[in-house]
Amino acid sequence: MLISLFITCYNDTLFPETGKAVVRVLERLGHEVEFRAAQTCCGQMHYNSGYAADARSMMRLFLRVFDGADVICIPSSSCVAMIREHYPKIADDIGDAAIRQQVEALVPRVYEFSELLVDKLRVTDVGAYYPHTVTLHTPCHALRALHVREQPIRLLRSVRGLQLVDLPRSDECCGFGGTFALKNADVSVAMMADKIGCIHETKAEICAATDNSCLMHIDGGLRRQQSNVRCLHIAEILAGREGREGREGQEGQEGRQEGLKGSGDV
Amino acid sequence: MIRVGDAARAPEFPDAARRALGNAQLRRNVRHATEVIRNKRAAVVGEMADWQALRDAAHEIKDHVLTYLAVYLEQFEENCTRAGGQVHWARDADEANAIVIDIVRRHSEREIIKVKTMTSDETRLNAALEAAGIAPYETDLADLIIQLGHDQPSHIVVPALHKNRTEIRELFQRTMKLETLGPDPQDLTGAARTFLREKFLRVNVGFSGANFAIADTGSVCVVESEGNGRMCVTLPEILITLVGVEKIIPSFLDLEVFLQVLPRSATGERMNPYNSIWTGVRRGDGPQEFHVVLLDNGRTNVLADEKSRETLDCIRCGACLNACPVYRQTGGHAYGSIYSGPIGAILTPQLQSLEHSTSLPYASSLCGACYEVCPVKINIPDILIHLRRKIVEEKGAPLGERMAMKAAAFALNGSSRLSIAQTLARIAQRPFEHDGRLTNLPGPLAAWTVARDLPAVPAESFREWWKREREG
Repeated sequence: MLISLFITCYNDTLFPETGKAVVRVLERLGHEVEFRAAQTCCGQMHYNSGYAADARSMMRLFLRVFDGADVICIPSSSCVAMIREHYPKIADDIGDAAIRQQVEALVPRVYEFSELLVDKLRVTDVGAYYPHTVTLHTPCHALRALHVREQPIRLLRSVRGLQLVDLPRSDECCGFGGTFALKNADVSVAMMADKIGCIHETKAEICAATDNSCLMHIDGGLRRQQSNVRCLHIAEILAGREGREGREGQEGQEGRQEGLKGSGDV
Repeated sequence: MIRVGDAARAPEFPDAARRALGNAQLRRNVRHATEVIRNKRAAVVGEMADWQALRDAAHEIKDHVLTYLAVYLEQFEENCTRAGGQVHWARDADEANAIVIDIVRRHSEREIIKVKTMTSDETRLNAALEAAGIAPYETDLADLIIQLGHDQPSHIVVPALHKNRTEIRELFQRTMKLETLGPDPQDLTGAARTFLREKFLRVNVGFSGANFAIADTGSVCVVESEGNGRMCVTLPEILITLVGVEKIIPSFLDLEVFLQVLPRSATGERMNPYNSIWTGVRRGDGPQEFHVVLLDNGRTNVLADEKSRETLDCIRCGACLNACPVYRQTGGHAYGSIYSGPIGAILTPQLQSLEHSTSLPYASSLCGACYEVCPVKINIPDILIHLRRKIVEEKGAPLGERMAMKAAAFALNGSSRLSIAQTLARIAQRPFEHDGRLTNLPGPLAAWTVARDLPAVPAESFREWWKREREG
């Protein structure tokens, strides 16, 4: 199957390893991945902050770039939620029937990464090996907008060597919330402190999620607290293979702890 | 004047929240109380097979009312009047307070006993009564605690949720002159009972809010847990009820839906211990004079915006407060309004036409927990976004934010621009980078790095890797 990757603006810029891991996993499963270089951003930050006109033009760009793509894989639950929940409303706002049609055609072709694997490709065992204790954070958008809760659990349970431990109070927001993390930094950090407390309770080495935005926030707090726990996008765990685990540790993305990185062959 | 308590003078949410976060006792109290109610609610909602259908029904009834509000209000007035009630219309808080004061004065009374009502906190009725030489006595236990402590309600349903038992005991010991008062719940409620009973028997004017005003019968409905409300609406000679215009429901039959969803959502009870419904006056039984004050106070402003009018669907159950991770950290006072939590964050600014309280729509991570528990399905996250948009487009966001958003929009408007922005970020971050982390950034990003590291922009973006690896 030809799968078009929407990497998302912040993964592209800050978390390229996540994108590489998505490519590895999908190709290992025998699929072809394309990357349409004209892509940028879904418009979520602008939309959620009230900058509707900017979000509109980003949606138009997205529609142009992914025109004709049959399956679009997005390794970010909140960006998928933006498209699924809000693009139809933006289209209504624009009031152009052609745009509305394009959005209607787009929405069913968009998949969050773990959703694509489990629901569309019907795979739970991607042949991964990752000998670590992992807990799973469920981003609010995955939980409440996409109803993607079980998919990552099933994928992680099938990873050899991986011990999955339940995260207490896993339905509570980590406090990221986009610009909320800056505009209400004190509350955001207080929420993060609760989340980190729950993560430490699990004694896991790794906190995984389907969204690097929550993880950037949680990981930032963990490091500031000198914690040994690290955050990792689920794709990077699923990309891990026996004998290969940690191979790119030295040259891998800065800030990812060596040895815990999923990586694998390209 | 349209007024929502003291909201117009309240500090911005981030500042008030910072203060609240420094109060460890307050946070423990709020966390414990919200947790208890949340769990009770989850248990009694979980046993309802048709919960989602009930939510849909409640939403549809409320939306229908908002579409035909004028029709139902007039129908209510007609039926209430026919049953012997007197209906007054108040455009704003001051008009409502003046109507109430006028009624009390006409009877030469100097005291009133009150059932818990958020709406009278909204109009600041107690202050207006006191200024007019009339003493209001709150009879709901929590409201009594607030009144005795010259405090503000911090929760829609549980106004004294921020106080624990020890603090309440100290307050009662001091204000009721009961130095030897014990610490048990029975001791505290016993003290309140003794304090209040004498007032129930003496005071001639009762005052209540309304959970529902029923158009087809002209009845008013109040639900409560303590029985104080039942006394206030039955014992006095004169009864005054203040009702926000959005509290209208078309038919008595609609209570079937609301008396299921409200108690389960509000207090985690299957049914409220006291459900009082009364219609006009009956000779020789209960109050012999009954007034209803229908209050607008900004509600028609909310109604005017189709995209956010469902805010008025709210039945004040407080479930969104208990579910909200922001409320759980800060408690209600940080919202600067008697309506706190997620519903307060959308209701307070709208009632005041976005003239005040414009930091409230940002007091949310948009996690959606509020929408999930709302028994009338108000899409609070969507309305928060809508209000942010109105603030940006009509009121103007802060300059720094506007510039940052403009710059981001420019950079994201094409892939070559994004590549350039990524390169610029790599250069700009150099003075701040240590081991691939940014730990001490200037300007607005300092809010991030004060307690969190930020990953540095790595040497190669994904798109650069793809180009090199796959197309090079």
